[in-house]
Amino acid sequence: MSELNIRERQAGDVTVLDMDGRITIGEGSVALRSAVRRLLEEGKKNILLNLAGVGYIDSSGIGELVSSYTAINKEGGQLKLLSLTQKLQDLLTITKLLTVFDAYDTEAEALSNFK
Amino acid sequence: MTEQTTRLVLPSHIEAVGDAAAAVTDFVQSCGIDDEAAFAIVMAVREAVTNAMVHGNQEDETKSVEVIFNCADNVLEIEVRDQGEGFDPTGVPDPTDPANILKTSGRGIFLMRSFMDEVEWFARPEGGTTVRMVKKF
Repeated sequence: MSELNIRERQAGDVTVLDMDGRITIGEGSVALRSAVRRLLEEGKKNILLNLAGVGYIDSSGIGELVSSYTAINKEGGQLKLLSLTQKLQDLLTITKLLTVFDAYDTEAEALSNFK
Repeated sequence: MTEQTTRLVLPSHIEAVGDAAAAVTDFVQSCGIDDEAAFAIVMAVREAVTNAMVHGNQEDETKSVEVIFNCADNVLEIEVRDQGEGFDPTGVPDPTDPANILKTSGRGIFLMRSFMDEVEWFARPEGGTTVRMVKKF
């Protein structure tokens, strides 16, 4: 089984990536990078990462979230995070990245905050 | 509690980081460490082994990474040894500084220090670096 499975769906002009697995150095980080870069190439610039199924992330995975955020902003799009597990929320708190990312508990709330 | 020790020798490719994580997961369970501390320890070991393979051994598969876990008297001690050119932890900038917050790398050592009670680096007499991490439980 892959380290990280990503399913894509459309909610209006927002692309939601439902992720399940681990975002760690190697396969998981590469899968996230590939998915986001492909969406940007397709002109899909508003992206919501649903992290409810991501039980584990390492510094490489955190770096990939930052890289995705920067790449999407550069293209004039927006990246938001949905359904962080408590552990992921703790990690983003201690790394001070919760001050950078927009994170939401519900999909409706996240979608309504895309401009 | 009786003292327990496990030693692993891993090749320097990143797929083996998962092997180290699996081994430490089993080890901390056998030491009776709770789930929350176990998460922190596995995270720190993943970061230390990744650093040893990528930054220490430069992913040279002729070089190995040795990992030693020891628990006794409610203290877990982990050493991760590489065969690289040496490492100066003082040269790593603070990833939470606003100037660095959007950097895509440089958080591994910060996480190790956040999750463990003690983290220190030593130059090995025979070459390479040892990182020693301690968690009290």
